[in-house]
Amino acid sequence: MTRPIVSLEGIHKIYGEGASRVHALAGVDFKVMPGEFVAVMGPSGSGKSTCMNIVGCLDVPTKGSYQFMGVEVESLDRDELAMLRRHYLGFVFQSFNLIARTGAAKNVELPLVYKGIPRRERRALAADALTIVGLADRLDHAPSELSGGQQQRVAIARALVTQPRLLLADEPTGNLDTKTSEEILNLMVELNQTRGLTIMMVTHEPEAAAYAQRVLMFVDGKLVQDGPPEEVLS
Amino acid sequence: MSPFDILRMAFGALTNNKLRALLTSLGIIIGVASVILMIHLGQSASRSVTQTISNLGSNLIIIQPARSKRGAGGQRIRADNFEIEDVDAIKRGIPGVMAAPAIFHGALLMYGSTARAGSITGTNNDYLDVRSWKLDAGRLFDPAEVASGAPVCILGQTIVEELYGERQPLGTTLRLDRNSCQVIGVLQEKGNTAGNDQDDVLLMPWRAVQRRFKGRDEVDLIFAGTRSSDQVPRIKSSIEILLRTRRGITGDEEDDFEVRDLQEIVQTLEQVTLTLTALLGAIAAISLLVGSIGIMNIMLVSVTERTREIGVRLAIGATARDVQIQFLVEASVLSAIGGVIGIAVGLGATWIIATLLELPLVISYPAVFISVGFSALIGIVFGFVPARKAAHLNPIEALRHE
Repeated sequence: MTRPIVSLEGIHKIYGEGASRVHALAGVDFKVMPGEFVAVMGPSGSGKSTCMNIVGCLDVPTKGSYQFMGVEVESLDRDELAMLRRHYLGFVFQSFNLIARTGAAKNVELPLVYKGIPRRERRALAADALTIVGLADRLDHAPSELSGGQQQRVAIARALVTQPRLLLADEPTGNLDTKTSEEILNLMVELNQTRGLTIMMVTHEPEAAAYAQRVLMFVDGKLVQDGPPEEVLS
Repeated sequence: MSPFDILRMAFGALTNNKLRALLTSLGIIIGVASVILMIHLGQSASRSVTQTISNLGSNLIIIQPARSKRGAGGQRIRADNFEIEDVDAIKRGIPGVMAAPAIFHGALLMYGSTARAGSITGTNNDYLDVRSWKLDAGRLFDPAEVASGAPVCILGQTIVEELYGERQPLGTTLRLDRNSCQVIGVLQEKGNTAGNDQDDVLLMPWRAVQRRFKGRDEVDLIFAGTRSSDQVPRIKSSIEILLRTRRGITGDEEDDFEVRDLQEIVQTLEQVTLTLTALLGAIAAISLLVGSIGIMNIMLVSVTERTREIGVRLAIGATARDVQIQFLVEASVLSAIGGVIGIAVGLGATWIIATLLELPLVISYPAVFISVGFSALIGIVFGFVPARKAAHLNPIEALRHE
């Protein structure tokens, strides 16, 4: 039996104290198996972002057990969480978040710098990752010289370059037009199917969620639906 | 992360905003340059003073009557001038000492159709030894000339140049007011010290000046000298005892004359320049401090501006320490670049000013190395707070930052 990549059991997340207490997550359980493409949906304030932050090892739960690749995450300190992110996680953001005035290849190299990969090897790996996302001819272009779709491709290459076990995408098409969104989503599907990359994607657009194999629907800090898109989105 | 990657990252971030980096460094550049300039000019001035004094004769002792002052009863006490017998008494009474009288008299010097005002010094051959003068041509006074007050003279280079030009002065007769003198010697050039032309000098036997110009038997000053400077204190006190006896001063009565040596003056002047250097250096250091605060300020702005970038770096696997080091190194690179440029500017300005003021150029390597070290330290100290702020950002909030 294969081990799940992500396993949440009875996860609670509580922000603030006293009157301003917010129960962002109120008992969430789910597992994500290797090779899955999961969409996370829900209205704003439903807890889906909090959940993704915990899954992404950016935050730890207040209560409950979160295992990432079999490791209990809540017992880890800041630096150990950083190590998990560095070696096993890739992030793609809504607003691309590339480093300004820095070439595409240099942006893609950045996670490898923190991994301590030598410069020559970094160059080659960054070029490979940019080739996968179809930007082999844009290695030295600064973000300002690229379209939104191209910037998001660079961001995906940056997430891919460390060969993560899990790619977390936070509204990756939120700042893109319909046609470019489709391109990005098709790229993600391709990465999932041809490379077996496990993907979790937060989105509020049903059209985007339809590209996934499985949809998690959050409402008021609880996971209310979990199933294939045709079932959840209907 | 390798150190090279950290440096490359810092340079990358700084070249992304070159103008800002330059303006930030400017504070350090000005600070370091002014510290370097002040310390070096102070040392140049001090060296200049020392050179001036040793030019005058480092083993020189100057004896002069005290300035008149009010005595116990309120009446003015006038100290008697010295006479030539005092000079002879010092020479005879104290072994190993040279003594020369000096009688100064202003006169119009004329040769042919050229004339200039000048000062005549009446003295003896010891004067040349005591004041570190050397003959360039001709001869010294012979004893008979000194004893009789013969109208002969020895000229300094300035007078030779201005009155004779290309002509040969030796053997000529120079007119001095209504008198005249025969030129028997020319002195070697000594140059300027402290803005005084040392070569503007005309020496005559003391008796000649007393008889022909002054009409009095007085001596303005006595210069005494020794062969080595460690004898100066002993000889000074011998001279004091001898003169007190000669002038009838007994018990605890105060001297009515002063015996000073140039060592004292050197020490006083060096103390003054040292104090001034320290003061100016301290003022310059304040500008360095202001520059340092500028670095801290800009780094804080930079951390705020790049909050989201920091969030991304943390998300893709940078540890808090990685981020802290990155910002510390950026601040240090800024201040180190400022420091290096500042040293270059400071040394350049020192060179220019020293050349213009004709001061000796002194390069103080400790001052340079301390400045380099200090400016690198500035980056670490003043970069610490911004770097810590960056490192302690919450990645989730940093990513959400607008």
